[in-house]
Amino acid sequence: MNKKPEIIINIYDYAGSFAENKDVARTIREKYLFPALKEGKHVILDYSKVDSTTQSFTHALISSAIKNFKEDFFNIVSFKSCTETVRDIIGIVTEYMQKHI
Amino acid sequence: MIFTKISSKIKEMKLHIPNSAFLGNINTFLSRLDLSDNGILDITINKSWISIHPLVISMIAALGKQFRPESIKCEKVLARSGHYLVRMGLFNFLGIKSEAPVIEEHEPSGRIIPLTLIKNSSDLKDFLDNLVPLLHLQNESKNVQAIQHIFSELIRNVLEHSQSGQGAIVCAQYFKKSNKISIGVADIGIGLKKSLSQSYSVQDDREAIKLALTPGVTGTTKKPGGSPQNAGFGLFLIKSIAHVNSDFFVIISGNKMYKLLQRGKANLELKGNPFDDRHSIMDIETWKGTAVGVDISINQTQEFNNLLRAIHKFYSHEVKGQKKEHYKKPKFIS
Repeated sequence: MNKKPEIIINIYDYAGSFAENKDVARTIREKYLFPALKEGKHVILDYSKVDSTTQSFTHALISSAIKNFKEDFFNIVSFKSCTETVRDIIGIVTEYMQKHI
Repeated sequence: MIFTKISSKIKEMKLHIPNSAFLGNINTFLSRLDLSDNGILDITINKSWISIHPLVISMIAALGKQFRPESIKCEKVLARSGHYLVRMGLFNFLGIKSEAPVIEEHEPSGRIIPLTLIKNSSDLKDFLDNLVPLLHLQNESKNVQAIQHIFSELIRNVLEHSQSGQGAIVCAQYFKKSNKISIGVADIGIGLKKSLSQSYSVQDDREAIKLALTPGVTGTTKKPGGSPQNAGFGLFLIKSIAHVNSDFFVIISGNKMYKLLQRGKANLELKGNPFDDRHSIMDIETWKGTAVGVDISINQTQEFNNLLRAIHKFYSHEVKGQKKEHYKKPKFIS
């Protein structure tokens, strides 16, 4: 079985240790995340060196991908090296979005 | 309400800085605000003592910023504690002379964020970078994330939704005696009602506040799940942090003030409807924009991820039924 091609997006490189800038989230979403998902790639959102993030940043980063790819999103996107806070915020956003799709 | 006639044509906007105005007793300050006209701003100050919340400072600054310095009449500061207004940068911000008593010695706390104007993302980044050293939070790691989160959400709301050319006016202070950090953010933008009316039919300012504090409501769309950029979750989350910590949360917009009261020993359960929380509502002079004040008790504050878990638990509880069974979990890898 062929493994899907993979792309790693390093959140810290774009958003710093406190990832809160929604304009940056939009750029990552539009420039890297969506094109990769449309090309059928597996995306790893790497949160190494990110201490914390906001619900708003996370929503801006992944909500429309969850809306578009629905349950597939959870098979094709992984979250790497997340702190507990980052994990909790991603958990809130993913559950919130599934409620509405 | 005070309303002075200088001549038959000119009226003064008046505000009085009382001896005490924190979130618990802010009503007195608000009840004496006269915002009915402009042209001249007349500021009077309690002569004996001044001890006020950053929300009050940020509101005074937001009002004053609409006037040219020569149109602001400010009473001489006689209260010894009036130097606080200088430290918070009020007079510099308004471009007027203070005549406040000069206090040479530093206050033992020394932990303030003076009035800061934030107009864009770059200003916000600088502000957030300076937050930890200015409030001396290096040893308060469990509080830093919650405080950063609150500032980011509140200020981004102003930048994205207020349509205020002025930007967000922000200040904060650590109060040593009560061991809490108090935050104030104010703008003179379009206010909640007009902002939310872009997507919802909003009857009045009371309903606008209710909608703004309800999870999942954003002015940018009525679609479930929000728009790609907005979830409508930010203010609910901040109110929830205050609720879990049993702290005050105040939001002012239009002619209403909503105050989340301290929870005390009441149930920890988070409510989707802000009017189901222990709260008070007050009619005020119409505030053209939005102002928010929050307290964060250092001793009470749990690890931020514990707060988030409480909020997550609430949200999961709200989502009942079979569909919940099928919710997929995000894939975390190390």
